[in-house]
Amino acid sequence: MSDEALNTTPLTQAHIALGGRMVPFGGYSMPVQYPEGILKEHLWTRQNAGAFDVSHMGPSFLELNAKSGDGEADHRAIAAIAETLVCGDIRGLKPGQLRYTLMLNEAGGVIDDLMIGRPLQPGRQGMLYVIVNAGTKDGDFALIEKAAGEKARLIRADDRALIAIQGPKAAEVVGAIIPGALDLGFMQFRRIDLDGAGLVVSRSGYTGEDGFEILVPAIGGAAFWDRLLADERVKPIGLGARDSLRLEAGLPLYGHDLDATTSPAEASLAFAVSKRRLRDQDFPGAARVARELGGEITRRRIGLKVLGGPPAREGAEIANAAGEVVGTVTSGGFGPSVGGPIAMGYARPAYAEVGTQMKVIVRGKPGDAEVVAMPFAPHRYFRKAQT
Amino acid sequence: MRFTKDHEWVEVAGDIATIGITSYAAEQLGDVVFVDLPPAGKAVKAGEELAVVESVKAASDVYAPVSGEVVEANSEVAEAPETVNATPEGGGWFVKLKLSNPSEVDALMDRPAYEAFLATL
Repeated sequence: MSDEALNTTPLTQAHIALGGRMVPFGGYSMPVQYPEGILKEHLWTRQNAGAFDVSHMGPSFLELNAKSGDGEADHRAIAAIAETLVCGDIRGLKPGQLRYTLMLNEAGGVIDDLMIGRPLQPGRQGMLYVIVNAGTKDGDFALIEKAAGEKARLIRADDRALIAIQGPKAAEVVGAIIPGALDLGFMQFRRIDLDGAGLVVSRSGYTGEDGFEILVPAIGGAAFWDRLLADERVKPIGLGARDSLRLEAGLPLYGHDLDATTSPAEASLAFAVSKRRLRDQDFPGAARVARELGGEITRRRIGLKVLGGPPAREGAEIANAAGEVVGTVTSGGFGPSVGGPIAMGYARPAYAEVGTQMKVIVRGKPGDAEVVAMPFAPHRYFRKAQT
Repeated sequence: MRFTKDHEWVEVAGDIATIGITSYAAEQLGDVVFVDLPPAGKAVKAGEELAVVESVKAASDVYAPVSGEVVEANSEVAEAPETVNATPEGGGWFVKLKLSNPSEVDALMDRPAYEAFLATL
């Protein structure tokens, strides 16, 4: 792809001014790192707060065309449309709740992993906040529009700025700028007006840290970014550290750790499959998912700690202690907070047990590895007590 | 010191060539977390893979700028890969080769030529 064909975000000029090294990613020109480099950016996020441009992703709103005015009925109607595509419980979302879910094909393979939220405000029921991945968004949006038919409309918001701020100091930073943001617990969101601009603020992210993802109108995006960075606790963080942070957090990356052939059970994402919907078998690929969750499964996503030697990266073979190849690494690298190489990949279920001694084959040489529980670095989400 | 377009450097003393990656290469790679070095005694030809340097982000091949036999791999970069970023054109050297064809060195760029090459990138 030539540079001319790459999309920009409302923050592209800001990245260039900060010395960001721009690379093509998901059809966009994005900063892979800033001058301090991936290692320092990663560690800064774990200790302070990092600001990430994730505007390349696909935020959108799915809204009923004809609302009844009964908030519960309108939510059920819009949820029913979304549930034709995903395996999660959308109907059961509480107002203001956000959920990680999976869009599946008829074979039970993952088309995308995404977030779906139900608005908090009574006047906004019958709408869902839907955030899909950058590389898959055109296909996802087409599927959503097809499912919506004449009943609902999809409003793309991927021309806006979507900014993630992550790390143990993110709450202090965001709380000082956005009134009401600290009322949110992990996986809650709400619309908040700031200086006349409507923001959508969620307490979520993909680093394993506490933090927020904030959707900002395009025109105010750069000013909001600058305002975050004016706080000395905040540094800009590129895609390189975003990847090492999410790897340490044990979170799968679509197109690498998940694709159209992997199922929720294989991907060790059973938590994303609704029990009600599994019982009712009312989502695409439900038969396969039920079978696999019942134990008929040929591979599982596992975490590996590489014990000395080079990092095992995507494509490296995983072998058992006897040297027989039993799987493949789907993403791997050096974990700066772990202090060594880590990987995730798929292997036959017999090898999924924590503590199993394995090998990873890097450049033809087997290196020792051990199956470990994910996340590799502990999650530090801010969960509010249930009220 | 002589240089290649792949950003390796060579410093010759007698028939021994010390080889590493340039400051430019180290900066482009970012934080080095692992260096895979060849064992002593291995024979390499100019242009062949000599070592692999791993940053947080990716693995990159390092090619032999000249032919010869590995006489020493730098244990310091193996044990402390960050040395490559700290002093790429000094203590962060990778290997010492016993040159099998010393005239190959003459074909490499000198520093002004390498700097002129960098300016074109």
